[in-house]
Amino acid sequence: MADFKFLAKTALRDSRKNRGRLLLFMSSIILGITALVAINSFNYSVVKDIDRQAASTIGADLVVQRNRLPLSDEVKGLLDSIPGERASEMQLFSMSLLPEKNVSQFVQIRAIEGDFPFYGMIGTDPEDATNKFRTEPIAIVDDAMMFQFDLSVGDSIKLGYQTFEIGGRLTSGFGSNSLTASFAPTIYIDQAYLESTQLVQPGSLVNYSYFFKVPEDFDPDEWDEEHRQTLRNNSVGTQTVEEQKEDLTEAFEGLNYFLNLIALVSLLLGCIGVASSVFIYVKSKIPSIAVFRCLGMSGNQAFLIYFIQITVLGLLSVIAGVALGSSIQVLLPLVLSDFLPFDIALDISWTAIIEGFLVGLVITILFALLPLIAVRKISPLRTLRASFSDDLAGKDIWKWIIYVGIVLSIYGFLWQVTKDPLASLYFCIGLLVAFFLLYLVSKLVIWGVQRYFPRRWNYVLRQGLSNLFRPNNQTQTLLVSLGLGTAVLTTLFIIQGLLLQNVAGMDEGDQPNMILYGIEYDQMDGLLELTEEYNLPVIQRVPIVTMKIDEWKGKTKNEWLQDTTVRVRRWAANREARVTYRDTLSSEETLVQGSLAGPPAEHGDSIYISLDEGYAEGLNLEIGDEVIWNVQGTRITTYLGSLRDIEFRSLSTRFFIVFPPGVLENAPQFRVLVTKSPSPQLTGTYRSEVVKRYPNVSVIDLTTILRTVGQILDKISYVIQFMAIFCILTGLIVLISSLFLSKYQRIKESVLLRTLGASRSQIMKINATEYIILGALSAATGIILSIAGSYLLATYQMELDFKMNWWPIIIVFILVTGLTVLIGLLNSREVVNKSPLEVLRKEVG
Amino acid sequence: MQAALKVDELSKTYTSGSRSLTVLDDINISIEPGESVAIVGPSGSGKTTLLGLCAGLDKPSTGSVHLYDSMLNDLSEDERAEIRNKHVGFIFQNFQLIPTLTALENVMIPLELQGMKQAESIATDLLERVGLKDRLDHYPSQLSGGEQQRVSLARAFSNSPKILFADEPTGNLDEDTSQSVEDLIFALNQEKGTTLIIVTHDMELANKTNRIIQLKGGKVVADRKPE
Ligand SMILES: Nc1ncnc2c1ncn2[C@@H]1O[C@H](COP(=O)(O)OP(=O)(O)O)[C@@H](O)[C@H]1O
Ligand SMILES: [Mg+2]
Repeated sequence: MADFKFLAKTALRDSRKNRGRLLLFMSSIILGITALVAINSFNYSVVKDIDRQAASTIGADLVVQRNRLPLSDEVKGLLDSIPGERASEMQLFSMSLLPEKNVSQFVQIRAIEGDFPFYGMIGTDPEDATNKFRTEPIAIVDDAMMFQFDLSVGDSIKLGYQTFEIGGRLTSGFGSNSLTASFAPTIYIDQAYLESTQLVQPGSLVNYSYFFKVPEDFDPDEWDEEHRQTLRNNSVGTQTVEEQKEDLTEAFEGLNYFLNLIALVSLLLGCIGVASSVFIYVKSKIPSIAVFRCLGMSGNQAFLIYFIQITVLGLLSVIAGVALGSSIQVLLPLVLSDFLPFDIALDISWTAIIEGFLVGLVITILFALLPLIAVRKISPLRTLRASFSDDLAGKDIWKWIIYVGIVLSIYGFLWQVTKDPLASLYFCIGLLVAFFLLYLVSKLVIWGVQRYFPRRWNYVLRQGLSNLFRPNNQTQTLLVSLGLGTAVLTTLFIIQGLLLQNVAGMDEGDQPNMILYGIEYDQMDGLLELTEEYNLPVIQRVPIVTMKIDEWKGKTKNEWLQDTTVRVRRWAANREARVTYRDTLSSEETLVQGSLAGPPAEHGDSIYISLDEGYAEGLNLEIGDEVIWNVQGTRITTYLGSLRDIEFRSLSTRFFIVFPPGVLENAPQFRVLVTKSPSPQLTGTYRSEVVKRYPNVSVIDLTTILRTVGQILDKISYVIQFMAIFCILTGLIVLISSLFLSKYQRIKESVLLRTLGASRSQIMKINATEYIILGALSAATGIILSIAGSYLLATYQMELDFKMNWWPIIIVFILVTGLTVLIGLLNSREVVNKSPLEVLRKEVG
Repeated sequence: MQAALKVDELSKTYTSGSRSLTVLDDINISIEPGESVAIVGPSGSGKTTLLGLCAGLDKPSTGSVHLYDSMLNDLSEDERAEIRNKHVGFIFQNFQLIPTLTALENVMIPLELQGMKQAESIATDLLERVGLKDRLDHYPSQLSGGEQQRVSLARAFSNSPKILFADEPTGNLDEDTSQSVEDLIFALNQEKGTTLIIVTHDMELANKTNRIIQLKGGKVVADRKPE
């Protein structure tokens, strides 16, 4: 132990003159750890709140749900066996009319029956508003909507054919968060008055929910498990408090996952900075280490001296990061509040702090170890021969062990965050590939500049260029760290741009912006006339039949889904299809294969349908394959006749499935009319008129939806920018510390050049040449990597059209290059402005 | 009586790529305890290489080196380090003080490595002996060349070495300073009874020793008493 005491003492003494410099080196990890801890603390607060609030967010022990259709008798029988209290809700979207204000508004009606909710409560103002609405036609109206239309309690609201008195303001409801509510405000009524609105018709989209409050000895999860198959077969969904917890957690996890990735990347960036700083630090310590060795210190003792220094500094940086992270997490809920279904109570999360601390310390030390282990190999012979070249970069099995350690700890971290071993593997591989490519580029640059060195250029340029490959060059470190930082930043911006563009494109030019749906067969003519009166174009007028896919290529849906040998897309198989029938293509569609069929010649002829290409692919279908549909109980056998490609750039209804005419005319159906209104005023008056004449028809103003989606995306952009700040700041610190180091590397030769008579501007130009090349190359490589990465992400993960906006990328390029040069030159200013002697004295000491 | 240093059939060859360069060729030397020996020869004749091998800083290509009862060839780098720490002192042409440590701390290193309790008082005494009593807390950059070399002398003697190696100890010093450093070396050598091996091309210095070994082109060309 005396030995350790001596080593610690020496470590302390030896660090004396370098502490400031060392702290700067290590500081590059602080922000990465800050991000990590902030995000994790926030995550734990959310998870804790989810546990606390799960029961009251669903209001019951068990919820059974059937979308669009009432329950089948089989399921009704099942439900009868559940003990305890019960209640139900019918939920549908519809237009509402406010007679006093003479305006209409698209709303979400929730008609409840029984003592719902069993847990928590529907928040109303006045508080007793729900007492009366069971016995009178009273509606509880969304608070924001009341405010928007300047309504007060006692006013009336007309839903379908029934007028309600507004009994109270809805301050908090169930099952919807602020985002859905903002384009379809919630109205609670009692189910007893739903019938008189006449809004529930064949083909109307009503979602049915049944709520149960069960006795202690009844386990809803067990019941759910037991009857899962029957429920699934009947398209019935269930939700228990346990599941609700899981759902909420899962919904949040996607966001958490994304945030964690950014934190990790920012931490890794910092670690590259640490590794390169320690590498340079060790190099500067070689003469001292050789003396120590000469005086009889063993390799491991020498290693320990510097390991102690680095560990202590790493510890300090990690602690600083953790402290900053715990305080900054207060900001996150402000940024993210709109994505969460409830308010978050923030407390200090010790788990997050300890986790961040451990992850940060382990990764930092592993990265620092890479250059540090070389200390063991420094030969005492250096004391006699300064030029003696140790193989600092020599083979050392420990190096590989540390590499493996780094990859494993990153993988472990990702696995723990994503709970998905495969996705973590992909991310690790992606990261390794990015590292490798950047490393390769830096090697190529070094090789290329040496190989094709422009001997005829003027001295200053040649000197700057040769700095790229001479001993002690920073080419690799800077290219990798700057390149990776640029890549992450650019990817964030490209993805953000893609999201915004894909939405913005929907609102342009000749795109429709109003959809009328729920139209009965005999209302169509009147509506057409009305539309014409208002001088609005009829862009689309289609019938819609809802159906589900039952069987294809001889196998049932469940058989397909359980078959592990073929990949059938779940979304394609399970989706409730909205089908139309026609024999022409719409303007957004192009025929990829086959031709659109006309009506079958006679009853019993084969029916040829047309599918969206991607949808058919998702089901593993090819032209000629048999598909059997279930149209509200009736099975219809069809054959795939053609494939279409549908452009996803307009908001008019898209039909993945098109039947030929002459098949579905008698099936239960509703019609949709699509039009475009030039102004919000016209939209308003037209909408009121439609709702007044045809209360069952819903008018959806897409501009409001677009605006809402736009607002959501703005918030996502905000989050992205918030996170990007971490990456930018870390990148900057790495940049500063790396360049600061290269100053120490270059200082002697710059001074020598000055002594030999080089002018200030010559030295500045030499340095500028080096930094311009480094900055531009790193930025360019990073950008190319990120374009490739975001292309893959956009096309395969997010299924968006990949279109790029070059401006942000050009700005990132200029910014990264400019900052590199600027910081580089600021660094060399000291050399240039002081007398050579002064600088030499200071640095040698 | 056992030799302090015994070198047998020692040779050292450097290979870089396909070319190989024999720097030392079949060297045989035996040095008695307490002897002071100068190794002289023109620049590039292999003096420093020989010193490095004798002190166990490097490994020979063939042949062996015995330092008192230890056969250096058989030892690992860490075992050789331990011998250096206990029994060997070094003085270098360019002083080799650790820039981040004070004069006192530099002198204390070998003692502290041994875990010695009185490290500080021994080091202080030695620095006083070399005339740097009031410079204990100064850093190397605050000392002149002669003062730095005196610190390194104090450090070299701090572990009471059985054998001291000096590579051109006055090569970087002016004449007057050289003189005082040389006097100190020999005085301390006398006091402590240390075996002394000095590499130098300064014949004046060489003539102050008991024995001069002359190298040329990697071979011993003369082994004689000084004039
Ligand atoms: N690591 C090495 N690789 C190749 N040649 C070397 C190496 N070290 C020393 N030499 C060569 O060995 C010869 C002797 O060097 P050295 O022992 O330093 O001589 P001296 O100290 O007598 O001037 C020189 O020619 C030198 O170039
Ligand atoms: Mg020499």
